[in-house]
Amino acid sequence: MENLKLEIKEKIIENLNLEDVEIADIQDSDKLFGDGLGLDSIDALELIVMLDKDYGIKLTDPKQGKSIFESIDTMSKYITENRTK
Amino acid sequence: MYIQSYCHIKNDQLWLNGKDIFKDAQKNDLKGFLKNSYKNQNINYPKFFKMDNLSKLAILASELILSKIDVQEFDNNIALVFSNNASSLDTDRKHQKTINDLDDYFPSPAIFVYTLPNIGIGEISIKHQLKSENAFFVFEEFNAGFHRNYENSLIQNKKSKAVLGGWINVDEENYSAFLYMVSEHGTIEHTEQNLLKLYKE
Repeated sequence: MENLKLEIKEKIIENLNLEDVEIADIQDSDKLFGDGLGLDSIDALELIVMLDKDYGIKLTDPKQGKSIFESIDTMSKYITENRTK
Repeated sequence: MYIQSYCHIKNDQLWLNGKDIFKDAQKNDLKGFLKNSYKNQNINYPKFFKMDNLSKLAILASELILSKIDVQEFDNNIALVFSNNASSLDTDRKHQKTINDLDDYFPSPAIFVYTLPNIGIGEISIKHQLKSENAFFVFEEFNAGFHRNYENSLIQNKKSKAVLGGWINVDEENYSAFLYMVSEHGTIEHTEQNLLKLYKE
């Protein structure tokens, strides 16, 4: 699980072009949206694509994203339970 | 009408009113040059890094001019009139690559939102809270006569109090920017000849 969390942080920083953000800056329980990492709606769509492309998870209801993408903790738990690759 | 100030971005250099204000000596690619220029100009706007190269170039060039003036002096009514030759082709190609293979079909929303040339105008408007007239034209080359007429018309017809106009072009590693501010005050007359002369500097 710890390796997966590290991998997700790396992907978020690279795929969402978070300049000047280091892996150590993102705590597992930090909010990714709003006051936390400050991600926006386009970032949310990128995360949905990332789930599909890298872990084989298709979100049929985009509203699910709100709880899945709450933090690195929630993302890693959801990916572990639902990944197909 | 007068040209208040103008800038160029080309050949790894930033120029403001004819003076060289930054040269990137690191021989970067365009992405690296834009990043170094952003840092050199102390532009604190993290969203910059999420933009495509065309919008980054537009933001960078606009900052050279708008950061030196009080936008509120013009009631935030500064029209934006840009043109270029390559439209958004640079980003269109990147988007195309993500959808070419039906077995590997993952279009990126972050790339797709920049597949129009006028998105850079929107980025400038958001950053400076401009709710003004704007247009982006695609020409074979910089059309000084068209720009002069269109920009004068906007101010003369009270559609805007000033205009930020010019040329913003990106096609892979080839790029150039020439922006200028037109208003009722300045020293260089806003004529077709002067625009062409400044463009060629």
